[in-house]
Amino acid sequence: MAKHEHAVATSRSPWAVAAKQFMRSYSAMFGLTLSLILVCVAIFAPWITPQNPYDLMQLDVLDSRLPPGSENGLGTYHYLLGTDGQGRDIYSGIFYGLRISLMVGLGSALIAAVLGTSLGLLAAYAGGRTDAIIMRVVDLILSFPSILVAMMILAYLGKGVSNVILTLVILEWAYYARTARGQALVETQREYVEAAHCLGMPHWRIMLSEILPNCMPPLIVIATLQVARAITLEATLSFLGLGVPITEPSLGLLISNGFQYMLSGEYWISLYPGLALLLTIVALNLVGDRLRDVLNPRGQS
Amino acid sequence: MTIWLIRRLSQALVVVLMMTLIVFIGLHAIGNPIDTLIGPDVDQVQRARIIQQLGLDQPLWKQYFAFLNGALHGNLGNSFVYNIPAVTLIIQRLPATLELAIAAMLFAVILGVPLGLWAGLKPNHISSRLIMTGSILGFSLPTFWVGLMLIMAFSVGLGWLPASGRGETVTVFGLEWSWLTLDGWRHLLLPALNLSLFKISLVIRLTRAGVREVLPQDFIKFARAKGLSPMRVIGVHVLRNILIPLVTVLGLELGSTIAFAVVTESIFSWPGAGKLILDSINTLDRPVIVAYLIVVVCMFVLLNLLVDIAYRVLDPRVRLQGDQ
Repeated sequence: MAKHEHAVATSRSPWAVAAKQFMRSYSAMFGLTLSLILVCVAIFAPWITPQNPYDLMQLDVLDSRLPPGSENGLGTYHYLLGTDGQGRDIYSGIFYGLRISLMVGLGSALIAAVLGTSLGLLAAYAGGRTDAIIMRVVDLILSFPSILVAMMILAYLGKGVSNVILTLVILEWAYYARTARGQALVETQREYVEAAHCLGMPHWRIMLSEILPNCMPPLIVIATLQVARAITLEATLSFLGLGVPITEPSLGLLISNGFQYMLSGEYWISLYPGLALLLTIVALNLVGDRLRDVLNPRGQS
Repeated sequence: MTIWLIRRLSQALVVVLMMTLIVFIGLHAIGNPIDTLIGPDVDQVQRARIIQQLGLDQPLWKQYFAFLNGALHGNLGNSFVYNIPAVTLIIQRLPATLELAIAAMLFAVILGVPLGLWAGLKPNHISSRLIMTGSILGFSLPTFWVGLMLIMAFSVGLGWLPASGRGETVTVFGLEWSWLTLDGWRHLLLPALNLSLFKISLVIRLTRAGVREVLPQDFIKFARAKGLSPMRVIGVHVLRNILIPLVTVLGLELGSTIAFAVVTESIFSWPGAGKLILDSINTLDRPVIVAYLIVVVCMFVLLNLLVDIAYRVLDPRVRLQGDQ
């Protein structure tokens, strides 16, 4: 079977082959569809929710802690998933929370990817002392558990969406740097790089337009899985009260808010945001796992 | 081996020094260290006296050496909240965390190894696929979310197990332990299971991969041909060969288990070091934060060092490769 696929690969672009292989997996397509739906929901949150949960004018304290399916005080709409201690609609809260969670996850992954990849390429290309310094820092970051480093940084910086993104970037860039360096070390030995040198191309152009495209497949896999990891970590930090502030609640903070009510049986305040978080993480992991199979045939994990 | 050991030791020392430097710089770069080290309810005269006493009027490098000196003597200032030395406070709370972490590791081995063995021996069986899917979930689900679900199911829903605290403890060697009483075990069960979920998945994967690698090898075929019972082949010949990577990874994981205990302790109100550091961050009790970081970093570096040494002792291939 491998032989057959190889024969196909030579006749078409490797990306098209990968896409076709990706689509063959039902679970991955399910994950991809779900991810896209979640992104759309987050973007269009204000238009598809009955309430802006952070506009105090729209909240009614008399409606607090209502079970799912209750009607609101004015009788204009139903709280599909109930309300929390301040009378916020959980359903609307989840959609708005998803915005913050996805923004933090995608934002940190993107910045970390650019930073980490550049440093990794630089380390591989420059070698010597530059390489040694960058890689020692990478080792140092990777040798400590992420939650410990995150707590340490946030203890100094304090709460805030931008602080959480910065923390996640500091944690994540190392993964990209390590992968990019490993891949680039192999590529710099290839003939086409030598050819580019002979043509007199400047170093930055060789790095960006010759080496970088050939390092992309493993980096894409890492990026997908890192978004899921970043969302998880952000939710955990927010749950612990170290992440986003109460004015910009992510899914983790919503879950945390409901925690105190859970012991008295008002489960919906925590449960539904929790399920939304779960769906997001599972969807991204399904996509990431399939991408790893498709783009990394040798299985680097 | 001796030269390697010296090199490795000095490496560990450099890491610890660098971490103290980072913590020290962090302390000075963000926020005034005077506000950090002196409580806010101190008047001007006392303030000036404490500044001089703490040496905060000295140049920065002198202050760093004073800080290092203090750290070496276990003196990192008093907690603002409890008004006792921060290091003492951490050491008081550490046994509860260690108890939780070790219980979690035990769960991981007791549940993970048999499940991993099964999945490795019968890779195509439906139950093995279920186990592997479960392990993917164990990897990707957030710990705190699983903790909430456990509380919802077993404490709120079924009412079988308590949701918070340590329960009855017994004092042995001047320390309180939960695992010696039945009530303590009831309190320990849910948090330990919660903390071990990630490790169980890891052990399942490692064991399965190890079994898949060992099974087709000649010595297993030989053991079978010799007529040994399947139990003996698996129990002795397979298991012993996958033990080395397992022990190594678990040793390395102990450190991260202690760090991740913060999450579990906060959900189950377990009175350990993790709960302490979280409360300290929320009340800006900075001496405790600094002391916690330094204690945990030292513990971490020490664990890594021990695992490295154990690895070289256990596996001659690593030793030979490293000495060349």
